[in-house]
Amino acid sequence: MTEHSVTFTLNGERREARVDPRIHLGDFLRHSLGLTGTHLGCEHGVCGACTVIVNGAPVRSCLMLAVQIDGTVVETVESLGKPGALSPLQQAFATNHGLQCGFCTSGMLMTLEAYLRTTPAPTEQDVRIAISGNICRCTGYEGIVQAALDTASAKASRT
Amino acid sequence: MKAPPFQYHRPQTREELGALLARLDNAKILAGGQSLMPMMNLRVIAPDHLIDINRVANLAGIREAVDGIEIGAMTRQADVLASDLVKSRLPLLTRALEHVGHIQTRARGTIGGSCCHLDPSAEQPAMCAALDAEFVVVGPGGRRVIPAGEWFEGLLQSALGEQEFLEVIRFKPWADGHGYGFAEYARRHGDFAIAGAAALLEAGRDGRITLAALLSFGVEAAPKRLSEAERTLIGQHVDSLNIKPVIAAASALDAMEDVHVTADYRRHLAGVLIRRALNEACTTMRRPS
Ligand SMILES: Cc1cc2nc3c(=O)[nH]c(=O)nc-3n(C[C@@H](O)[C@H](O)[C@H](O)COP(=O)(O)OP(=O)(O)OC[C@H]3O[C@@H](n4cnc5c(N)ncnc54)[C@H](O)[C@@H]3O)c2cc1C
Ligand code: FES
Ligand code: FES
Repeated sequence: MTEHSVTFTLNGERREARVDPRIHLGDFLRHSLGLTGTHLGCEHGVCGACTVIVNGAPVRSCLMLAVQIDGTVVETVESLGKPGALSPLQQAFATNHGLQCGFCTSGMLMTLEAYLRTTPAPTEQDVRIAISGNICRCTGYEGIVQAALDTASAKASRT
Repeated sequence: MKAPPFQYHRPQTREELGALLARLDNAKILAGGQSLMPMMNLRVIAPDHLIDINRVANLAGIREAVDGIEIGAMTRQADVLASDLVKSRLPLLTRALEHVGHIQTRARGTIGGSCCHLDPSAEQPAMCAALDAEFVVVGPGGRRVIPAGEWFEGLLQSALGEQEFLEVIRFKPWADGHGYGFAEYARRHGDFAIAGAAALLEAGRDGRITLAALLSFGVEAAPKRLSEAERTLIGQHVDSLNIKPVIAAASALDAMEDVHVTADYRRHLAGVLIRRALNEACTTMRRPS
């Protein structure tokens, strides 16, 4: 099938690539670009593990085609912190035991990263609804919810 | 799994879109992709051509028109949910959208896509039925307007023709201060509902009902207006409604059975949910003073 060229901004860097239209964004990030921080669980939209941010909004990368990111700004979990210099949200996940196996974590982080930008002071119920599209088999969600609330209140007290 | 191979098209105008639909065989329109992509990844369907309408000019947007509100087919569910205009004029739609999927699916999913896909539990087409919306579609023969009453042809089947696309949905808002109520039951927040209901009410200065809409969805293959029950409400006082005929009508629907629930359970839910929706409509109604 005809390949298409796409130009986009990925984690702050301008990129160009040629993509086969049937390749979804999640596979493109992992296989073509080697960014394996984005995880793929179900590949039909139900688990949320594959969440990345496109033009500021959290989206399921298994339900978007790579060819559709032409002209957009994409952020993946690799844009957050680095080992030894975690982002505040990542640090809060670590502190609150918001992860165990880590499979859901990049999707949780990117969902909450996008959510907290637009909702700086959520309630516990708000956070639970915000992550309703992300499934975690390990933690029971308590630590994840607490991490989001801690991050929001830490940010509020800094500003 | 992965989607099977297809040719990708990205029209920029309605004309290009119309021409592609007329020319290509086994083509599918790609809007938000939140129903189509799962079906392709699971290989339930394998179109030869995918026509991406995300970049077609002026297919998205919410406008106040002379005789109501118009919502473009490509308008994202997140934008409909966030719209102050929708919230003030079509509060039932806002109320229902809180239950549609999750922030990630609403960021991509469109109101038009939901109304073309027609899952029996989908809230948006159901609210179109409650609000007597009109679907404006464009095809080789030009534009035609399909009233909500004729839009639903069956399970996952709308009145849209092969070479047509949905352009815009038109709503006539109810009077300021009208009552609106919504209720659904799903196993988890954001999941497709097992069943749901909606109610709209208008009353005169004396508190007597002048206009009513009652709807059950997720019960039969398509959303169902309870027209006879609506008529029984007319003339009754909003503080002392006899809701027995309403519950009876919902509980008598030809309910679907599936792996989750029996038809009897769904009928029971239909009765409970229409009562909740109607009660909520009574409480949200602002009485003219
Ligand atoms: C995890 C998850 C949870 C969900 N929960 C809910 C829920 O609770 N309630 C609910 O209602 N939905 C739910 N959905 C589905 C909803 O998110 C979809 O957005 C919606 O069903 C389809 O809209 P879309 O824009 O994504 O359309 P697409 O998936 O792109 O298209 C759907 C169908 O409509 C056709 N189509 C789209 N636009 C047009 C047009 N303008 N003209 C002609 N044909 C068109 C396509 O060809 C396709 O056949 C959920 C989805 C997921 C993944
Ligand atoms: S892999 Fe995308 S939602 Fe599960
Ligand atoms: S940490 Fe294992 S799935 Fe969430």
